[in-house]
Amino acid sequence: MLLRRVVITGVGVVSPFGRGIESLMDGLLAGKSGVVRVPALAEITGMRTRVAALATGVDPMEIPRKFRRSMSNMSVFATLASQDATAMAGLGAEQLAGGRLGVSLGSTTGSPQTLEEFFRDFGADNSLERMKSTLFFHIMNHSCASNVAQVLGVTGRILAPAAACSTSCHAVGYAAEMIGLGKQDFMVCGGADEFHPLTSGTFDIMNAASLAFNDSPTSTPRPFDRDRDGIVCGEGSGILLLESLESALERGAEILAEITGFATNSDPGSIANPNASCIADCMRQALADAELEPSQVDYVNAHATATEQGDIAECTAIASVFGNGTPTSSLKGHLGHAMAASGTLELAACIEMLRRGLLIPTLNLDHVDPRCAGVLHPTGVQERQLNTIIKNNFALGGVNSSIILRRYQ
Amino acid sequence: MTDQETVALINSSLAEEFEFDLAAMTPETTLFEDMGLDSLDVVDLVIVLETAFGMKIREEEAIRKIRTLGDIHTFVIEKKRSTVGA
Repeated sequence: MLLRRVVITGVGVVSPFGRGIESLMDGLLAGKSGVVRVPALAEITGMRTRVAALATGVDPMEIPRKFRRSMSNMSVFATLASQDATAMAGLGAEQLAGGRLGVSLGSTTGSPQTLEEFFRDFGADNSLERMKSTLFFHIMNHSCASNVAQVLGVTGRILAPAAACSTSCHAVGYAAEMIGLGKQDFMVCGGADEFHPLTSGTFDIMNAASLAFNDSPTSTPRPFDRDRDGIVCGEGSGILLLESLESALERGAEILAEITGFATNSDPGSIANPNASCIADCMRQALADAELEPSQVDYVNAHATATEQGDIAECTAIASVFGNGTPTSSLKGHLGHAMAASGTLELAACIEMLRRGLLIPTLNLDHVDPRCAGVLHPTGVQERQLNTIIKNNFALGGVNSSIILRRYQ
Repeated sequence: MTDQETVALINSSLAEEFEFDLAAMTPETTLFEDMGLDSLDVVDLVIVLETAFGMKIREEEAIRKIRTLGDIHTFVIEKKRSTVGA
């Protein structure tokens, strides 16, 4: 339980549908897919998947060179999304640099693109003589957090959680706890990742990447569908501006939603395969943190990446906690899997679903896998009063996480 | 390569690296005040010059005294001459 109430007063996103929450919602509500065929993947020996969900609508030149020189694409995405989130919240230099605002922002790794470029050059003649002074700032694990803090002029705490697909759920949860404990009043939090063949390749060699829809990219991924065949990697950034309720009320800020619960646990049974019991425990812990009963949850925003093992384990867990009456959907069908950014991209959409009273179904879910039939899969965008949402993210490495989002009242 | 071509290559290389307006680059242009470079940029400036001219200058004492574009022009032209003469 949080000692102080924590609310969301700003949102910024960079997604395959472009920059900004409006473009994200337009794409989701229209049932569009951000997945495209990526010809460059065909040039890589051993790579079988050919599709990805690439970020659009980003102009890195908006960021002055002084800041941009230490950024790879993931930091560019995070910076633009953070600027949008803090602008939406109406924060000025007084708050940004006042020491009461921190950053909790992570990525799966440092920039894989910069690492590739460095080692290609280094390997040519075993020489460091062409290494740029800013290389380290691209590849350090806290690259996104530090770059965002530099641009915004943040003097408060910096936290850079890294837990692959659970990263941004962690970032939000830990940020909420930091505000809840009174250590900070504002937190810029979320995740970012840039697409690189290494990410797709990681899932491809595990036989967890989508291969069957290379010629019809918008038909994949297919969470919960009987014909799903794996993950489609994506990229982007989702950023939330969390704030103590006290601060938001004092400023007269518009409150978008409230974070009332967070839980994360480790599954030591496997570093790769999810376990339904551990996932269910994680969701129950989040509900306990929010002091809620399962029956009070109106919608489950699933992690569901369209792998057989993940989808079935999550559905089993959801059914065991919530039964078969709570609407459940995954946004991976629209957005692919943006890794460290996926949690907050999807949370951003959940905030809008709460605000608009609309429930977005899973894209490409045409025939529910009987092993995923234990939960309620909505079809078509539905108008529905939503008060409480649980958002799941699960990561390679055995890291589960759940966030409880509530309409502010 | 003539001295004029050397100057042009220096300017275009630095303009590209540091996103500076080529038309605004004169021998009097200062690296820190006018171009806004800092200590990190100077490290990269050396790499840009080494790459453009295929020479090693990182350990040169004279590089630490450079303040203007004109200083760079003079340094590189002299370095090229000494290398050719060696």
